[in-house]
Formats: sequence, structure tokens, C-alpha cells
Amino acid sequence: MAQFFYHTLIGQIILMVLETLAVLVPLLIGVAYLTLMERKVMAAMQMRRGPNVNGLFGLLQAFADAIKMIFKETVIPSGANRALFLFAPFLTFSLAMLAWAVIPTGNGLAVANINVGILYLLAISSLGVYGMLIAGWASNSKYAFLGGLRSAAQMVSYEVSIGLVIVSVLLAVGSLNLNDIVLAQRHVWFCLPMFPMFIVFFISALAETNRAPFDLPEGESELVAGFFVEYSSLAFGLFFLGEYANMILMSAMVSILFLGGWLPPLGIAPFTWLPGPIWLIFKILFCLFVFIWVRATFPRYRYDQLMRLGWKVFLPFSLIWMIATAGFLMATGLLPQTGGIN
Amino acid sequence: MQSVLGDYAPVLIFGALSVTIAAAMLGMALLSGHQKPYAEKTTAYECGFEAFDDARRRFDVRFYLVAILFIIFDLEVAFLFPWAVSLSRIGLFGFLSMLAFLSVLGIGFLYEWRKGALDWD
Repeated sequence: MAQFFYHTLIGQIILMVLETLAVLVPLLIGVAYLTLMERKVMAAMQMRRGPNVNGLFGLLQAFADAIKMIFKETVIPSGANRALFLFAPFLTFSLAMLAWAVIPTGNGLAVANINVGILYLLAISSLGVYGMLIAGWASNSKYAFLGGLRSAAQMVSYEVSIGLVIVSVLLAVGSLNLNDIVLAQRHVWFCLPMFPMFIVFFISALAETNRAPFDLPEGESELVAGFFVEYSSLAFGLFFLGEYANMILMSAMVSILFLGGWLPPLGIAPFTWLPGPIWLIFKILFCLFVFIWVRATFPRYRYDQLMRLGWKVFLPFSLIWMIATAGFLMATGLLPQTGGIN
Repeated sequence: MQSVLGDYAPVLIFGALSVTIAAAMLGMALLSGHQKPYAEKTTAYECGFEAFDDARRRFDVRFYLVAILFIIFDLEVAFLFPWAVSLSRIGLFGFLSMLAFLSVLGIGFLYEWRKGALDWD
């Protein structure tokens, strides 16, 4: 049997499909439950109960929402470019899924353990901008267009500081492979020595996923919903799911870059009993909880404040910190040795 | 070559599956939803008013400026990646070369800042 899976082409392809499904299916269920978690946690923070009617503790709420959305009418505005209008949610959703191919959930336990993993993640998350721009343009609505422009400018601005933060992590790792990045944190998680960068990355992740307090591309009081005003039914649902999948992805990136990925907090007995994936899930859940906590706590930024924070605070700060990291590692001889052709 | 293909085959399969799932969900909604469009329903939403004109018009030049700045700084990050990974082998000379590159870019950044290209008032 093992012979069939490892040594024939068909077997390998079947194995890859199964591996992919083993990531995608839990991810989709996780996204569904993240919407419930958000409502529940925010409700608890506002001293009320979240959804608690559908199923035990409201656990079926996410599925009720999904089924409702499937049976809604997909309204396509008369001025819209039909093909692009439907392509945009499709693109957003599939890109949000696609990024998960490289996330390692254990030592070497990724669907694709590629050598330029972090670059791949950066590329895929950059492509997400297209979904928003296309949706905003294709709807032929002024709100959608402005929302699309705002989202694109915001994502693009914070991507620069995310890139610089990643470079300073790479300085301490010496490899672009996500597995190596986690393994480099065996002794100390990068959130301790690089605490300011950890904060910059986390806030940029909030901005990158259009989360409160940076959710003004969708500012419901002025732009009604931003680039997806005109969407309904599962076309809207795909944007929604894509956005939440991106939230989980960003939390996973925070965990992998700064919180030691699947590693337990200490490499001693009671901590090592739990398997790696469980630790990663704990860390992702913690980050998601902070995402929701921030949403329930802070008022929305103004657009000029948002741009000022991105370009005038985070960019210079992360640039200087990156140079300081490089200088420090050079001076103390702590630079990781990159051997051979890797 | 073979190993590169081998590394990326899971990515391709992953991509194919996620595209299939997205298409299936969209198709399912289009098929099962009760479609009943009429003129009022399909006009663009402008708070209840009739849409005044086409939305694809002029937009603020600052969005363009941000896009240009992004291209420059993203290129900078693209140059930083190989430098960061191989810094242990290129030594002080490599470090100083990158510092020179970054200071040129820094001067450009200061110029943009003083010109007010980063302001949104």
C-alpha cells in the first residue's frame, strides 16, 4: 500500500490531493467557526450573549448563515462588467486558500515545503489586492470604486512594512524556508528579542486584512461596505470567507515568524506532550482572539491617519530597526551560517 | 529541474483544488438561488437615489502616488531578501554596500516626505 502511494505517479497525486484536503477542509470549517467566534467573543466583551439559538451554544449558526447565503439571489448590477464582477470574489477566495499550501503545522509537515516559502506568502497576499480592485471597478458603483481604491492603497502601504519586518526576521534565520524560520526559534521565540517588530507586524497584519481599527475601506457609515457594496449571495460570502481566511493566515504568519510556530514554549516534559500542530493552533487562536479584542476596543482610524501611520511611522521605524538588527548581528557574530548552495 | 517541479507540484494541486472549491461554491449559489432581476434591483446603490453617472471616472492622484511609492519600496524589499539570507557570507563589505543603497533610497524617501507626497489632508 505504502509502495503504491510513494512510488507511482498516480499514488503520489492521490496523496497530494488528500494532503490538500486535509488542510482545506479544516480551514473552511475554521473560517466558518471564526465568524461565530468573533460574534461570541465580541458579545462577551460587551456583556451580552452572542448567537446561542441555532444548535447547542449557537454552534450551528455558521452553517445556518452559509445555507441562507447559498439560497439568496446573486444580484448583478446592470452597469457591472459581469465576468469581472463574478471573477473578483472567486479570485479573493482562491488566493486566500492557496496561501495555505506552505504553512508548516509541524516539523516538515507542510503540503509544500518549498524553499522560498515566505516569499510565496508575500506574493500571494500581494495578489489579494487585485480581487479588491477588480471588485471595486467592476461593480460600477461609486462607493465600491472608492472602497476598492482605499483598500488597495492601504494594503499596498502596509505591505512595505510587512516586507521589512520579514527581512529582519530573515536576518536572524538565514533561510526563506518557513520550516527553518520556526526551527531557528528553538532557543528563543523572535517575539522577545524583536518585540517592536512583532508589534509592527501585528498592527500591519490588522491593516493588511482590513480589520478594525483600520477597517475604513468598508466603513459602513460612509462607504456602506466598501468594494463589496453591490455583492449579494455567495459572491458576497466568498469575500467574507476570503477575508476571514486571510485573518487566520495572518495569525499563522505571526505565529510562525514570532511565536515559534509549532514549538512548545519550553522544550521540557509537560509542554512537549502536546503535539506540534496543537501548539500552532493555540497560537493562531490567541492571535485571532487579539484581532477580535482589538476590534471590540478601538475606534476606527481616519484615512489620513492610516496613511501617516503606514508611511511616516512604520516604514521608517521598521527600516531603521532592520538595519540595526543587521548591524547588531554582524557586530556580535550571531549571524546564522548559511552553508552550501542553500 | 526535476526536484523543483517536485517541490511545486503540491502547490499546483493545492491551487487546482482551491480554484475548484471556489468555482463550485459560486456555481452552487448561482444555480440554487432564485434569480429574478428587474431594472430597479440592478441599479447601482447610491443611498436610494438614481445613479447620477458612471462610476468609472477620475480618481484622486494620491492613489497613483501611493502606488508608485509602493513599487519603489517593494523593489527595495526584493533587493533586501537575498542580502538578508546571505549576509553571513558577504561580510562587512556586503553590509556596507546595502547601507549605501539604503541611504540613496532614504534620501529619496526624505525628498518625498518634504514634498508632501505622503500627506493625506
